Amino acid sequence: MTKLTFIAHDGTQFDMDAENGSTVMENAIRNAVPGIEAECGGACACATCHVYVDEAWTAQVGEPEAMEEDMLDFAYDVQPNSRLSCQIKVRDALDGLVVRVPARQG
Amino acid sequence: MTDITKTDVLIVGAGPVGLFAVFELGLFDMKCHLIDILDRPGGQCAELYPEKPIYDIPGWPSISAQGLVDKLLEQIAPFKPDFTYNRMVSSLEKLEDGSFRVTTDENEVFEAKVVVIAAGGGSFQPKRPPIPGIEPYEGKSVFYSVRRMEDFRGHDLVIVGGGDSALDWTLNLQPVARSVTLVHRRPEFRAAPDSVNKMYAMQEMKQLDFQVGQVTGLTGADGQLSSAVIKGPDGDVEVPCTRMLPFFGLTMKLGPIAEWGLNLHENLIPVDTEKFQTSVPGIFAVGDINWYPGKLKLILSGFHEVALMAQAAKRIISPGERIVFQYTTSSTSLQKKLGVVD
Repeated sequence: MTKLTFIAHDGTQFDMDAENGSTVMENAIRNAVPGIEAECGGACACATCHVYVDEAWTAQVGEPEAMEEDMLDFAYDVQPNSRLSCQIKVRDALDGLVVRVPARQG
Repeated sequence: MTDITKTDVLIVGAGPVGLFAVFELGLFDMKCHLIDILDRPGGQCAELYPEKPIYDIPGWPSISAQGLVDKLLEQIAPFKPDFTYNRMVSSLEKLEDGSFRVTTDENEVFEAKVVVIAAGGGSFQPKRPPIPGIEPYEGKSVFYSVRRMEDFRGHDLVIVGGGDSALDWTLNLQPVARSVTLVHRRPEFRAAPDSVNKMYAMQEMKQLDFQVGQVTGLTGADGQLSSAVIKGPDGDVEVPCTRMLPFFGLTMKLGPIAEWGLNLHENLIPVDTEKFQTSVPGIFAVGDINWYPGKLKLILSGFHEVALMAQAAKRIISPGERIVFQYTTSSTSLQKKLGVVD
């Protein structure tokens, strides 16, 4: 199990154990993290699971692929550490990952 | 007097479930007319993820979303459904004879004995861009589509986005507008490379301006824009702007369906699980838009729902007629309808 932490826009912290191979988005939905909508269900087709990766983790998490960058065009207040959480796969190297939920999704 | 299009069954939404409804209704000789807000059939499958494989369609270990739509169109072709695209159904009223009158946002009028709502997550509408304070300008100086190019003549136009709509309108409106500024958050585009090259060539000639960044503020009064603030890599830039066209893709909104008195349950339409009928007899709801205990938003569940709905619809359209349950594998009369036997 890999530990994940979401920090909602109001500062509420959600800690959870995530299964390797699942997406960060799926864990947000399973744990009812507010502000992650995931309208398209994880198809990288909507930009409503946008998160900011904590600065300490950006290198580990890596850069978005071209398709995800395209989708991020539709997101609200995109920052250099912006990712779509449906495109981040949970793995051992991400144990302890912290992501923040933006003020709104699109 | 407006022309009225009459049909047996009016289907709101031409996604996979709406399309398959044509098949099940067609087996019982009911003629269907579909209305969809998109410019083509397929709904979310066509708009959101046409190339994604779907793995849970029975009999298809893997099929692309567009592939499924194409197969459904082939399957329903014998029933010759009519389609009206680029329209949102705006109102629905019950007539004295028990049939329904449906009006679109372009004031076309349809009458049908049965209405099937297969509207999925609602209608696709332009997404409001993440620009604070944009609301008062919408419809006055901020537009989400171009109805008439003349409306942009002589204006300082700011186009926001990096897809084909943004690039196409940048190129097409450049000769009409007084100035054109294209704003996109990065120098890579989703649009066709040819359009991007043309845009860069025009920028070289100083015929338009391309700014990397995100629009963070607007100034103006009484709905009329005067300038836009663009936050780019080198800080804020203010550009003159009297018309803005943001292209931020589409989102799904329930829209006018919410006003039809169908006793919504968390923005979904409750139905029974025998007929998939709503609280209004003669109006059915199938696919992602309906709700009942145990509901799963799966295409295959929608397919099951339309098969049962068709039986109930037939009883409304041909009251008193005995409904014979038949298999397409063995029924000559069904096979004739499908055009597979003479």
